[in-house]
Amino acid sequence: MLSNFSRHSFVRVGKSSALAKSTRSFAAATQVAVREAINAAIDEEMERDESVFILGEEVAQYQGAYKVTKGLYEKYGDKRVIDTPITEMGFTGLAIGAAYKDLRPIVEFMTMNFSMQAMDQVINSAAKQYYMSAGDLACPIVFRGPNGFSAGTAAQHSQCFGAWYSSVPGLKVVSPYSSEDAKGLMKAAIRDPNPVVVLEHELMYGVSFPMSEEAMSKDFVIPIGQAKIEIAGSDVTLISFSKTVGLCLEAAEALKGEGISAEVINLRSLRPLDRKTIIASAKKTGRVVCVEQGWPQCGICSEIAAILMETDAFNYLDAPMERVTGADVPMPYAVDLENASLPQVEDVLAAVRRTTYRKLAA
Amino acid sequence: MDGILLNAQRQGRISFYLTCRGEEAILMGAASALEVGDPVFAQYREQGVLMWRGFTLEQFTNQCFSNILDLGKGRQMPIHYGSRALNYHTVSSPLGTQLPHAVGAAYRLKLAGEHHVAVCFFGDGSTSTPDFHSALNFAATLNAPVIFLCRNNGYAISTPTSDQFAGDGVISRAPGYGMAGIRVDGNDIFAVHAAVREAKQYALSNNAPVLIEAMTYRQGHHSTSDDSSQYRSVDEVLVTTENHDPLNRLEAFLKKYNLLSEEDVEDMQKQERKDVVKAMEQAERRPPVPMRELFTDVYHEMPLHLQRQQAQLEAHVKKYPEKYA
Repeated sequence: MLSNFSRHSFVRVGKSSALAKSTRSFAAATQVAVREAINAAIDEEMERDESVFILGEEVAQYQGAYKVTKGLYEKYGDKRVIDTPITEMGFTGLAIGAAYKDLRPIVEFMTMNFSMQAMDQVINSAAKQYYMSAGDLACPIVFRGPNGFSAGTAAQHSQCFGAWYSSVPGLKVVSPYSSEDAKGLMKAAIRDPNPVVVLEHELMYGVSFPMSEEAMSKDFVIPIGQAKIEIAGSDVTLISFSKTVGLCLEAAEALKGEGISAEVINLRSLRPLDRKTIIASAKKTGRVVCVEQGWPQCGICSEIAAILMETDAFNYLDAPMERVTGADVPMPYAVDLENASLPQVEDVLAAVRRTTYRKLAA
Repeated sequence: MDGILLNAQRQGRISFYLTCRGEEAILMGAASALEVGDPVFAQYREQGVLMWRGFTLEQFTNQCFSNILDLGKGRQMPIHYGSRALNYHTVSSPLGTQLPHAVGAAYRLKLAGEHHVAVCFFGDGSTSTPDFHSALNFAATLNAPVIFLCRNNGYAISTPTSDQFAGDGVISRAPGYGMAGIRVDGNDIFAVHAAVREAKQYALSNNAPVLIEAMTYRQGHHSTSDDSSQYRSVDEVLVTTENHDPLNRLEAFLKKYNLLSEEDVEDMQKQERKDVVKAMEQAERRPPVPMRELFTDVYHEMPLHLQRQQAQLEAHVKKYPEKYA
């Protein structure tokens, strides 16, 4: 897993040529950073619907720990942009109580790692309640925050919660990659009457993507449950979500040079998973490599493997599915160790070469 | 109702039950000082509040027997009642989680300018949960009109209050949070009623929370899964009941002022017993919740895979009706 990429060049805005090349060019496109896209989504929805409000630590006067809520406090005041004391359990419970009473809260977790403090509220009081109360207690709430690895933040600040949250019936879970994803999915999440978890990515906040006029409009909503085929291909399907979509796009670019045409699927939604798109692509290419930042056991890739086994996609596979995941260790701090714990382009390329030629060594 | 349904559990007719014996004054006293517009966030021992608001014996027993008329569609264990119509939030088992919910609801009531308070019930044990701390702190800093009503009944399953906290009960924490509070004799229905009435007025005029600690005694076991003789003497229960039972006190009071006679009491109890038994027997005979309800209410809109599974299950049951009669 030794990489020629230094971690810093990988994460800096605009330095990765593959990223810039891979993004679609739209007519009349504006460059918008993911952070701004999320901000715009929240702003537009708060303007559109008075019952929408946002709470969390540092969201108001500090403009947000990652500046995602910048400007909202000045615009909407302290009744709708609320700084909370340090109690994830407390403010999540409070927001859920408000949601039961028809308000539409957006709960920001400074990082999704801290959502673990509130997990009982999220699962037992939000996700399950509509079912347990036989439809009496709806919970139109959004839980959002940066998810997964950062740069040198180690074990307690780098966990990916995609697998855990997406296993819960009653929750919807989305995870954007691009600015368009971020805006459209956030708006969909806020408008959705069910509880929705939005897994953002800290290292993507500053990354800019072109956004079409359509995407810039106030009613641009991406339906939850639909994946996006970022690049169409014919030889192998690369599936991922959030930041590692970028990894797949880089790999696809590199694979062109080796004569391999890779199809890249950006899941966008983890629950519901777009099984249709996954199966159709698997049938088309016959080879699948799934990439995620989280731990391997019981991960998103595990679920995709199950889908390929249980459906008629199985009959179209020419090779077993390969997974490229985070290492099965709590995230270490040192740069070299952290790099070794995370999927790198080389790992994706190696997996593709194995699935396409069945070679054991890369 | 409690006695009869408790026995039903002992007879194996329902799987679980818990009584609010000894706490009737708190429940009826509080409920009578509130309106239906005041949302109630209960823990699980507040069936008296629900009864006051108008939940019928049929509705209680249907839920306990998880039958086709259960408002909860067979989703929950007995006593996990809920009623949107009566503004009583569905009971959720984890302790204390309803406290921050109540604060959120109160916040919403305040924003909407509705002249109502959120009322939250919990026991002495729940005051140790982190949710208790967060909720009280939040309510005070957010200026939320919520009444936190603690039923200090002396026990959290087997843990006596002497092991639950070292401070002076629960009310001592109110000043710590910058909150108004009152300790009241929970076995005196008039005292509880007055306290809740005053608390509501205070909460609304000041947009501030109030903590009420109602002192009482849990006469019954924690639930049907508990045998309290393991950790407290039968004598303690008998003596406390004899001297402090809220129903006895109210009865004595009403009789003293000739508002009630011994005959009235006998008649009422006889009628009530009949009504409960009738409701229970009807509930027991009703058919179970239809299997299709396994799949509904997971989300607002039923996802495709559940629709398919529901159809598959229905087709299966239709094909083998004798196995599912």
